[in-house]
Amino acid sequence: MKTDIILAGVGGQGILSIASIIGDAAISENLFLKQAETHGMSQRGGAVQSHLRISDSEIAADLIPQGKADLILSVEPMEALRYLPFLSSEGYVVTNTTPFINIPNYPDVDAVLAEIEKQPRFVAIDADKIAAEIGNKRASNVVMLGAATPFLNIEPEKIEAGIAHIFSSKGEAVVEMNRKAFKAGLEFALANK
Amino acid sequence: MQKNLFLGVEAIGQGAIDGGISGVYAYPGTPSTEITEFIQENELAIEKGIRSKWSANEKTAYEAALGMSYAGKRSMVCMKHVGLNVAADAFINSAITGINGGLIVTVADDPSMHSSQNEQDSRFYGKFAMIPILEPSNQQEAYDMVCEGFELSEKLEVPVMVRITTRLAHSRAGVVRSEVLPENDMVLPSDPSQFVLLPAIARRRYKGLLEKQEQFEKTAKKSKYNVYTKGEDKSFGIIACGIAYNYLKENYPKDDCPYTVLKLSQYPVPQKFLDKMAKHCEEVLVLEEGYPVVEEHIKAVFKKDIQVSGRLSGALPRDGELNADLVAKALGKETQVGADVPELVVNRPPALCQGCGHQDMYKALNQALDKYTKGRVFSDIGCYTLGALPPYKSIYSCVDMGASVTMAKGAADAGLIPAVAVIGDSTFTHSGITGLLDAVNDEANIVVVISDNESVSMTGGQDSSALGKIESICTGVGVDPNHIRVLTPLKKYHDLMVETFEEEIAYEGVSVIVFRRECIQAAAKRLRKAKKMKDNPNK
Repeated sequence: MKTDIILAGVGGQGILSIASIIGDAAISENLFLKQAETHGMSQRGGAVQSHLRISDSEIAADLIPQGKADLILSVEPMEALRYLPFLSSEGYVVTNTTPFINIPNYPDVDAVLAEIEKQPRFVAIDADKIAAEIGNKRASNVVMLGAATPFLNIEPEKIEAGIAHIFSSKGEAVVEMNRKAFKAGLEFALANK
Repeated sequence: MQKNLFLGVEAIGQGAIDGGISGVYAYPGTPSTEITEFIQENELAIEKGIRSKWSANEKTAYEAALGMSYAGKRSMVCMKHVGLNVAADAFINSAITGINGGLIVTVADDPSMHSSQNEQDSRFYGKFAMIPILEPSNQQEAYDMVCEGFELSEKLEVPVMVRITTRLAHSRAGVVRSEVLPENDMVLPSDPSQFVLLPAIARRRYKGLLEKQEQFEKTAKKSKYNVYTKGEDKSFGIIACGIAYNYLKENYPKDDCPYTVLKLSQYPVPQKFLDKMAKHCEEVLVLEEGYPVVEEHIKAVFKKDIQVSGRLSGALPRDGELNADLVAKALGKETQVGADVPELVVNRPPALCQGCGHQDMYKALNQALDKYTKGRVFSDIGCYTLGALPPYKSIYSCVDMGASVTMAKGAADAGLIPAVAVIGDSTFTHSGITGLLDAVNDEANIVVVISDNESVSMTGGQDSSALGKIESICTGVGVDPNHIRVLTPLKKYHDLMVETFEEEIAYEGVSVIVFRRECIQAAAKRLRKAKKMKDNPNK
């Protein structure tokens, strides 16, 4: 088993919190893991990515070679497209459709979504809307995590346990809300992949 | 064995704690910052009272670490690659004084310049100082090398450099810890002249360092981190340095590389391995992150009938970070690539945060300078360097820590009046004070803006050495107190800020205008922390 994931977004959107939940689940499953992050200047609203590699055997490189990623998990639609050269011919794009517009020349949003829909395998999900319906817009990353779970080769229950673990210090209500967000994302992906 | 999920930098921090340090010294700089932060926040380190506060700059950090070593205790000093330029005087000379307690200098290089002005290779510095260098290929080696490196430093009686690059620094993997070593007792050097580099003593000690080179090489030859594996196919020999070894392995997932491979992670390069490779292989390919340090070295020692390839020959790009694809191409292997990036995708450069005080300062500065020709603002290293980008386009230089003040002074000396320097609070105490002293002594006609957000923000909000001290430092250096102005950079004070600029530009002498408002990221962090304390008072 080997899953290579590119996590994409904009500095400040919290892609590393998604990575850390997946990482926790992988380590608790005794899997090998390597996860390269972006720190420093790009964190100030720039494009950020994280290469997350999970495997049942030892992993060599910290970076995923081009054309080898099984999944691009993006919390922003244009950022999903930026890393297409890394996606394998069988890989999936799972992306939030809510744009993060912090540059004056952001392209036409419909054109961006049309590019996503041109991909052979994709899940395009309005995670912000789903999170808002559940009651907390900040849970959109957990919705995205749910949407990515069918492609991780880790059982959904393990990821859910990771969520409970990470949010446990914030009280049962927060854990429950994030569980709901996770399930909503998971169900959407299973229905729309 | 329990695995800890550590970033490379965290593995180094843990390795230093477990290796028995009594202190870590550093100035923040990507990608090295989190080493010191890890130690600052680590429970065991706090319990043991390991000294870990930020230093004013890399030079003061290095010297303090050397002082701790003088007193017999183990210490580590950490910095980014360009920080070693600042500490270079202490660094080079510390190879001559040698050490007493084990001393590790950890330097994090930034090939591809993710967050830096250049991609200089610290292995050159290590070679220049003639000390051993350890270059881990993965997070576990980073931990082990630091944990064991103090003993190596004590055995060889010199500082040891640990060189990492951004990719290892900021990548996470499972790391197994070893036993926690005790701290050293305080013991002064047995030779009281050891650290006195008067010429007569320095000449003797330098000869000693030269004599030790053979021992350093022998130690590298025996190092468990350097592994020579003979291959069946004689057409190639491969030297894979540090993390580049992983990119080689990535290309042979079944561990079936047919070529002779030298995994090189401890320097100086052992000549015996090179001789063996020269006998066995027709061509040698060097895979190294950064400059062609090893490639140049082996080109000089190999006979001309062996072809050497790498970054100099064009087999690999001369600049930028390596990856498995580039290594595959150098090996003549096929690579894959996914779909092209659609044309509509545009760059998303970093930007100043919404609500940041630097924005208000730049807006006022732009208006005040509107009546003059462009090209009058010299700046420095920090978030405010983003003032070079639209919509501000305010600044015309970013060279090195502190250069804003001195470059503005030099340009004013040349006749560029007005000339303005824009520097941050922490950069000012790092390397701006001495430049301001030059300007005062020379009665230079410059305006120095200290954009004070009360933290080291670009690297994640560390404590600034300048906190609460800026006006008194400027007065102490000799700036006329009437021309030290303090303002709050907020939209509602825009007109006042512009007026103040105009007044100080009109003054023929050194003016300092301090724009003081807490970094909004730091403010948000402080509020989150306060809320957490309120919710969980026992934690």
